[in-house]
Amino acid sequence: MFYKFEIENLNAWFGSKQVLKNINIKIREKAVTAIIGPSGCGKTTLIRCLNRMHEIVPHARVSGKVLFNGIDIYAEDVDPVQTRRKMGMVFQKPNPFPMMSIYDNVAAGLKLNGVRDKKRLNEVVERSLKMAILWDEVKDDLNKSGASLSGGQQQRLCIARALAVEPEVMLMDEPASALDPIATAKLEVLIRMLAKDYTVVIVTHNMQQAARVSDFTAFLYLGELIEYGSTKDVFENPKNELTEKYITGQFG
Amino acid sequence: MDHYTIRKIIDKSMRILAYLALIVALVPLFSILSGVILKGASSINIDFLTQPSPTVGEAGGGVANAIQGTLITVGLASLIGIPLGLISGIFLSEYSEAKISSPIRFFNDVLSGFPSIVVGIFCYALIVRTIGFSITAAAFALSIIMIPIVTRTTEEAMKLVPATVREAAIALGVPKWRTTVSVVLSGAKKGIATGILLAVARIAGESAPVLVTMGYWRWWFAGLNQPVASLALNIYIFAISPFENWQALAWGSALVLVILILGINVTVRTLTREKYK
Repeated sequence: MFYKFEIENLNAWFGSKQVLKNINIKIREKAVTAIIGPSGCGKTTLIRCLNRMHEIVPHARVSGKVLFNGIDIYAEDVDPVQTRRKMGMVFQKPNPFPMMSIYDNVAAGLKLNGVRDKKRLNEVVERSLKMAILWDEVKDDLNKSGASLSGGQQQRLCIARALAVEPEVMLMDEPASALDPIATAKLEVLIRMLAKDYTVVIVTHNMQQAARVSDFTAFLYLGELIEYGSTKDVFENPKNELTEKYITGQFG
Repeated sequence: MDHYTIRKIIDKSMRILAYLALIVALVPLFSILSGVILKGASSINIDFLTQPSPTVGEAGGGVANAIQGTLITVGLASLIGIPLGLISGIFLSEYSEAKISSPIRFFNDVLSGFPSIVVGIFCYALIVRTIGFSITAAAFALSIIMIPIVTRTTEEAMKLVPATVREAAIALGVPKWRTTVSVVLSGAKKGIATGILLAVARIAGESAPVLVTMGYWRWWFAGLNQPVASLALNIYIFAISPFENWQALAWGSALVLVILILGINVTVRTLTREKYK
């Protein structure tokens, strides 16, 4: 089995505060890997290190290696912009571009990188919205503002926007935290579908969600990787006492 | 009386107070507007809009040369001031962690509080003494007044675009400059346009810096190194003159200046109207 990401001795800081300590994980291709842990444990930082989003925050630093398809994305000669184009990211709060239509939101990744071909854009927008299970709801309103949609629809719009650039992986940072239960259920179905073609990494503070959608689970605590394995093993036979306490709700 | 009744009374009286304050604040605006319209409208006719200023004792005449002069001077000042202000504002908003940002912001604020006559004298010393009283000198002075206003409003408008929207673009693999131009700038364009508009309106009405850099001049445009007439100075010179037809021209000039500023305001607001409701 192929590893999409191989994280080696990864450390991350905000100023002088170390938020990730010597993380080593190998993330499998075409599977869903969940990162769980209590608030402030570094889950979001870890996922943001995978597409070099951590470093855009002032005074943020990273050391160690993140091999993506076997190549270290933190090597001197790697362009972070090119790296990010291969990865789609979905954020905690739906963040469609407020001044763009639904169509332009989905086409943004291509348009802003210089694609002008109308026919290709139309195809990509339709295909991406269909993949994000949003097409039927918006196909007659493509020129309306992206901000006019409901929260759950906005989040699926953001997923469509990320899919439109044909990434190899989807990084999802608590994508359901601002959604109601019905929208969350739709999103989880979508994540399982995406896993057929994409490598999905999802950060969640909802353990049931991790158990439902993921194939592998990593448990972080205070910036350290406590346990990592198949979701079944982590939830049914946790090796570490901390993991067991966390998943049984004794802290967190 | 119970607390609820007291609260309702306080609520009502505060609301009335707010309305009263609004009316008091609007009185000067409307009295100036109506005064300018009433007194200025009667002096506006074809001659007024097509003829240059009259000399002493001459009947008729107009302010066409001053309209031309104001448009050229303000236009040239905007050509210098808007790009510089915009770029500074973008820098302050998008690179606010740079060490140089906070001194720039500080000096920009100091500059915006500068008395305009001081800016005028500075340009007198710098430009008038080498090339003489001229449009160039006046436009330079006006652009210095303009830059801090444009910079400040651009920075504020761009900071209103949420960081999550910037991150969305960066995560799509859009380069930072593209994100700034196509996502942040386009999200902030309404606020920026308003700032530019305020700055243009402000310099169109400036008279002190124009007086010391261009002097009062009554003729048509004759080159950028020459002076030209201006509406603001027309008002000043004509209004304090003893001749009745000149005083009428002053009111007319005032009306034209107000219409010009209102016109720019309405145009910009229409152009930047929200695409989506």
